[in-house]
Amino acid sequence: MFELRIHGRGGQGVVTAAELLSLAAFIEGVQAQAFPSFGSERMGAPVTAFCRLDARPIRLREPIAEPDAVVVADPTLLHHVNVFGGLRADGYVLVNSSRTLEQLGLAELHGRHAAQRLATVPASEIARAWLGRPIPNSALLGGLVALTRVVKLDSLLAAIGERFSAGAAEGNANAAREAHRRAAAALGEANREAVDA
Amino acid sequence: MSAAPPPASEPRRRIPDPREAVASPRQAATGARFYQTGTFAVGNRLLEASESSVQADPERANAITKGHRACQGCGEALGARYALDAALRATGGRLIAANATGCLEVFSTPFPESSWRLPWIHSLFANAPAVATGIAAALRAQGRTDIRVIGQGGDGGTVDIGLACLSGMFERGDDVLYVCYDNEAYMNTGVQRSAATPPAARTATTEPLPGHPGNAFGQGKNMPLIAMAHEIPYVATATVAELRDLEAKVERAMALHGPRYIHVLVPCPLGWGSATAETIAIARLAKETGLFPVFEAEDGRVSGVSPIRRLRPVEDYLRRQKRYAHLFAGAGQPEVVARLQALADRNVERFGLLAEEEER
Amino acid sequence: MPSQLEGSLAVARTVARCRPEVVCAYPITPQTHIVEALSRMVAGGELAPCEFVNVESEFAAMSVAIGASATGARAYTATASQGLLYMAEALFNASGLGLPIVMTVANRAIGAPINIWNDHSDAMALRDCGWVQLYASDNQEAADMHVLAFRLAQECSLPVMVCMDGFVLTHAFEPLEVAEQELVDAYLPRFAPRQALDPDEPVTIGAMVGPEAFTEVRYLAHAKQMDALDAIPALADELADRCGRRSGELLGAYRCADAATVIVALGSVFGTLCEVVDELRAAGRSAGALAVKSFRPFPREELRAALAGASRVIVLERAFSVGVGGIVSADVHAALAGLHVPVHTVIAGLGGRAITRRSLHALVEQACAGTLADPHFLDLDTAVVERELARSRAGGRTGGRPGPHAENILRDLGIVAAGPV
Repeated sequence: MFELRIHGRGGQGVVTAAELLSLAAFIEGVQAQAFPSFGSERMGAPVTAFCRLDARPIRLREPIAEPDAVVVADPTLLHHVNVFGGLRADGYVLVNSSRTLEQLGLAELHGRHAAQRLATVPASEIARAWLGRPIPNSALLGGLVALTRVVKLDSLLAAIGERFSAGAAEGNANAAREAHRRAAAALGEANREAVDA
Repeated sequence: MSAAPPPASEPRRRIPDPREAVASPRQAATGARFYQTGTFAVGNRLLEASESSVQADPERANAITKGHRACQGCGEALGARYALDAALRATGGRLIAANATGCLEVFSTPFPESSWRLPWIHSLFANAPAVATGIAAALRAQGRTDIRVIGQGGDGGTVDIGLACLSGMFERGDDVLYVCYDNEAYMNTGVQRSAATPPAARTATTEPLPGHPGNAFGQGKNMPLIAMAHEIPYVATATVAELRDLEAKVERAMALHGPRYIHVLVPCPLGWGSATAETIAIARLAKETGLFPVFEAEDGRVSGVSPIRRLRPVEDYLRRQKRYAHLFAGAGQPEVVARLQALADRNVERFGLLAEEEER
Repeated sequence: MPSQLEGSLAVARTVARCRPEVVCAYPITPQTHIVEALSRMVAGGELAPCEFVNVESEFAAMSVAIGASATGARAYTATASQGLLYMAEALFNASGLGLPIVMTVANRAIGAPINIWNDHSDAMALRDCGWVQLYASDNQEAADMHVLAFRLAQECSLPVMVCMDGFVLTHAFEPLEVAEQELVDAYLPRFAPRQALDPDEPVTIGAMVGPEAFTEVRYLAHAKQMDALDAIPALADELADRCGRRSGELLGAYRCADAATVIVALGSVFGTLCEVVDELRAAGRSAGALAVKSFRPFPREELRAALAGASRVIVLERAFSVGVGGIVSADVHAALAGLHVPVHTVIAGLGGRAITRRSLHALVEQACAGTLADPHFLDLDTAVVERELARSRAGGRTGGRPGPHAENILRDLGIVAAGPV
């Protein structure tokens, strides 16, 4: 089973991100369960969404306490919410930022996780370029796919096509593709560095 | 009733005076003028069919038939019979009724007997308008739009506990006629004060004690005006003193669609402490003093007024009811009576209740 | 063919296939997605003929359903939590009148303090109102249960509430099937009411009944629900035959046959329990899980048969009766009378607190060791409650009022900014 936890704020499409990933998995014939955890619905409030993927039907109904991957859609949450709580030793981290993890004050992640498990992607900027609004969810998913390969990029793009109306689907797909390309490239660099080191 | 009605933009229709009933050739031949036409007081053979009371028709539906347990002189039983038979005639018998908990419901359905000869449901105290909405929605979904819906209840179930459901029914535009039988207190439970209880009236929860003149001044809800504020197609007030007028208003209402509201003053001899034979007379006095304006409104504006025939001082009305006896005991409370007179005067002025050719 | 759907949408689509003629609803979290979807289906003509009525309160919602059902139309509404309580009077009225209304309850806690998250205190508070109460173990069952509910309601002349955990099920996206229209039509015949408001055959509905007949009338209501104990399995079998999925039986057993420890629960926690049972068995412990799917009527005999061989029973419940303890466990206790099987009452998951595998494993250990409190509140932060109790007894620091419990506890947990206590 693969368990993902996404932290963000209301209005960033965090809940939709989890749904999209579950839909992408479904398209691949993988069982997936996505669900949110939020307070009163208002913009800007912290929101957590979860997604489980498995080959077998998923019976579990508890929140994801020990995720395989954590995505942080809003770095301002980093020092408010325990976003990395329970993250597995071999887990993945993806943060929405144009800065590096060190610049975000997350240098210690390097100590615990291999370089090719960590990534940042400027998802809000990418989204603004393709959608006109800084809603980072699709871009983050593109980055997540590059980072974890939990689903194929094509499946994610198909899910985006299903979930959004025509105009929005194109922008979201482009955002996902660009984030995927950039994250893959950065991970390629990280791999080369790891090999050289 | 102390609030002002919204101004009318068109000249108001005067609700016809019974004196102006269309005379049949036979009546004209006698040279007599008949009052109180349309009741058993003057034989309906002397009237045009269109002026004849529904109750005079041997084929009347008799929606609430004999055997019910109402008190002698019950204004509500009288009003309900006239209202429902008129509604049944207007709808060709295609009518379903939803009734709130209250006197009418209790005295008409002592299990295993029922007085009702039309399809009738009693659910709860506060929900008759919502149940009526549900019936209308079902009929619409079933394509049975020839069947009409009437909701009814007392003042307690309408103005207090049922107001939210009633307002919702009005606001949604549901096709329901709602009739409130107003005896100005919770009579079924032993005469407790409601938001329709007039100032100074004695009820079991507004006893006239030193420092308490009965029900307080400055309270209460003007339900007809509240209904008008929803700008529903038709609002009317009526009393059991003018039963043909009540029938005509029900018929008028059933000719329309959408939410309609009729507020009927129904004296309760037990709760008001009045003589059982004087129910109609007291209802007439409520109108003739100006305390109970009789009018019609359409889409939120007063469209017709039933003028006072001969203006009477409120004391004539109050003295005949024990619920006001404390105003006249010993030295009396003339200042309270004066305040009630002022309320009546204000109604007369605001609704234009005096006929142009007024006999004073 | 399944689709990846939100639980609420699967329920809404399934309900639509049941051809309700009047849908009336008032919004309350977490039921909103269900009624929004139905509203769209009616407006778009997908669900027709159907009147969607936007009512002004939950009390009005149930009242509109009563009027509609009494007129012979198939009526549906949905609510949760405070909304269910607000229509309490109408619930008793509907069941007393024998109206076959179906309602989804998206289980949510009752305030005060206000809480929008999942537990069973809403439906439990109305367990005596005469409605059939079914609890779905997962979203597929939640959807399919509505088909059974409509059929059960009209056959038994009883209203039925289908309970599904708010947020946990309503807002979860997973692969779900919506029963095909032809299947539903074959299973659910046109509604022919026992009596209806009809000018062609006038009846009086809702008369007053005095002491001379009330007992008998109420006994019949009980008898009708007891008949449902036979109807439910039969209807569940028929539905399973038609759609190939089992749902809405009286009980759902997982590896109970030879289990020494059986955990009994209602609702979606059953999925987590099945995982825990598998983990326990892999570790050599004999365990099973039993879902109570029909809570009213309560399947006393079937439960007794399922649990007779257990060494211990843990009833995991998401509500409790203040001043007494467990609700479900009281019924389980009664069902097992004379069997000498210890029944542990565990109150868990209140107000949306997660019930985790970790806690469940620890719970089973404690049960086997005999160290459970009675009732046992799972994951209770005893330090916090003891501090608050001490605070209450001592008064405020300045000797003034100790303040409200909720705020004090939230401050203690650091969730609310600390201020003078």
